[in-house]
Amino acid sequence: MTLNFALNGRKLSREIAPDETLLQLLRDCGMHSVRSGCDTSNCGICTVWVDGKPVLSCGYLAARVEGRAVTTLEGVKDEAEALMRCLAAEGADQCGYCSPGFLMCALAMFRELENPGDAEMRAYLAGNLCRCTGYASQMRALAKYAEGRRSK
Amino acid sequence: MISIQEYRFAESLDEALALLDAGKRNRVIGGGMWLRLGHAGVRTAIDLSRLGLDKIEDAEGEVSIGAMASLRDVETAPCLRELFGGVLSESVKPIVGVQFRNMATVGASVYSRYGFSDLLTALLALDAAVVLHRAGEMPLDEFLRNPPEKRDILTAVHIRKDGRRAAYRSFRRSKTDFGVLNVCMSVSTEGDWRLSVGARPGRATRCPEAEALLAAGDGAGAAKAAAENLTYGSSLRGSADYRRHLAEVLTLRCWDALREDGAEARDSEPTDAGRDEA
Ligand SMILES: Cc1cc2nc3c(=O)[nH]c(=O)nc-3n(C[C@H](O)[C@H](O)[C@H](O)COP(=O)(O)OP(=O)(O)OC[C@H]3O[C@@H](n4cnc5c(N)ncnc54)[C@H](O)[C@@H]3O)c2cc1C
Ligand code: FES
Ligand code: FES
Repeated sequence: MTLNFALNGRKLSREIAPDETLLQLLRDCGMHSVRSGCDTSNCGICTVWVDGKPVLSCGYLAARVEGRAVTTLEGVKDEAEALMRCLAAEGADQCGYCSPGFLMCALAMFRELENPGDAEMRAYLAGNLCRCTGYASQMRALAKYAEGRRSK
Repeated sequence: MISIQEYRFAESLDEALALLDAGKRNRVIGGGMWLRLGHAGVRTAIDLSRLGLDKIEDAEGEVSIGAMASLRDVETAPCLRELFGGVLSESVKPIVGVQFRNMATVGASVYSRYGFSDLLTALLALDAAVVLHRAGEMPLDEFLRNPPEKRDILTAVHIRKDGRRAAYRSFRRSKTDFGVLNVCMSVSTEGDWRLSVGARPGRATRCPEAEALLAAGDGAGAAKAAAENLTYGSSLRGSADYRRHLAEVLTLRCWDALREDGAEARDSEPTDAGRDEA
């Protein structure tokens, strides 16, 4: 079937299989920030945005993005820059495999919530598992980033 | 993993139902996440996302939640944070993560009658009704026990606004995992008590013996009754004995929450003053 959608602001038309996932489609489109972790909708590594909302691309049927806008980390590089620097400074990415999904969910959070507190951030990011950092360094990085935003 | 031969966006509910009836291997797609993990060989996938079924409406006498509303919609809808002590919003919060809840739908969660369902446990205690496109509206309680034989499409869930206050408690071995046991308790302004227990691991069910004791003001007795009168089973997440114990503990916690809440509620009811969002 033919699929028409927007990827990071560019209109695309692709031939897809009806049971293809958004994750497969995005990898095929060269969006290598989108990674497969659990492939069972549990870990958050494959997070992208559909019409601005964070979703799990491994569990999302590609056919449903017909007419919709999909955003991957490649599409919000500039916006992600400051948060990426905070993650690096706090040692909050080690193997780095979870980082794109974490960034996409965290950026969605900062767009959605004005000034999230610690508990709100933990709740919003509960679906992003990380097997390396133990989360403490991620929380420090988020706090630092949030502080930077406030003082702007 | 699932295989799908054809993907169709239904243009009306009648068309969707006709497609469903056209073949045993045709399936309705909600968020699609549960389906994808199974091994179903689907001939036609029937997508309901263009039928405007994603609305949550707060009307005069009842709230209506559309089948394609996501669990995140339930969590964030201002009316559902307010009504019934916010239990619907609370019940879905522990489910995986924000991204997941942006996708999983109310219709699929209710129609599939999952034993582990947090949302069903809460809805059952709120005396909700389901609206099916073929079979019409029926109480959720009945739908859970005797669902119509013919496959149907769930279009909405209705909840009467009878001034119910409610409390929800679930116990999880780790955050974002399925609940080991779910409990929801509610009481209407007329003093009609409801108690539902889910993830036993069987489907959520009410406990009439406990409800009678709640009405008589005996919370501790009701908690014991919930443990003694319902059936509990063992699974990967916990033994039957453990669940029975949790049933008593969580029922008591709901009771305590409603009692404390009641003292406050009496001061502020029945006006809306003081309810403005902080
Ligand atoms: C990894 C994972 C973890 C989960 N954890 C929890 C948890 O902790 N607590 C909890 O309560 N739930 C949990 N769930 C269940 C989840 O909340 C949803 O209930 C479930 O995914 C179904 O929603 P869906 O929209 O993805 O359904 P789909 O996969 O789209 O559909 C599921 C079934 O419902 C049918 N269906 C869909 N919509 C309708 C409709 N409108 N009318 C009739 N039939 C319909 C489909 O044909 C299919 O048979 C979990 C699910 C997964 C995959
Ligand atoms: S790969 Fe999608 S949630 Fe883990
Ligand atoms: S840094 Fe390795 S999984 Fe998160």
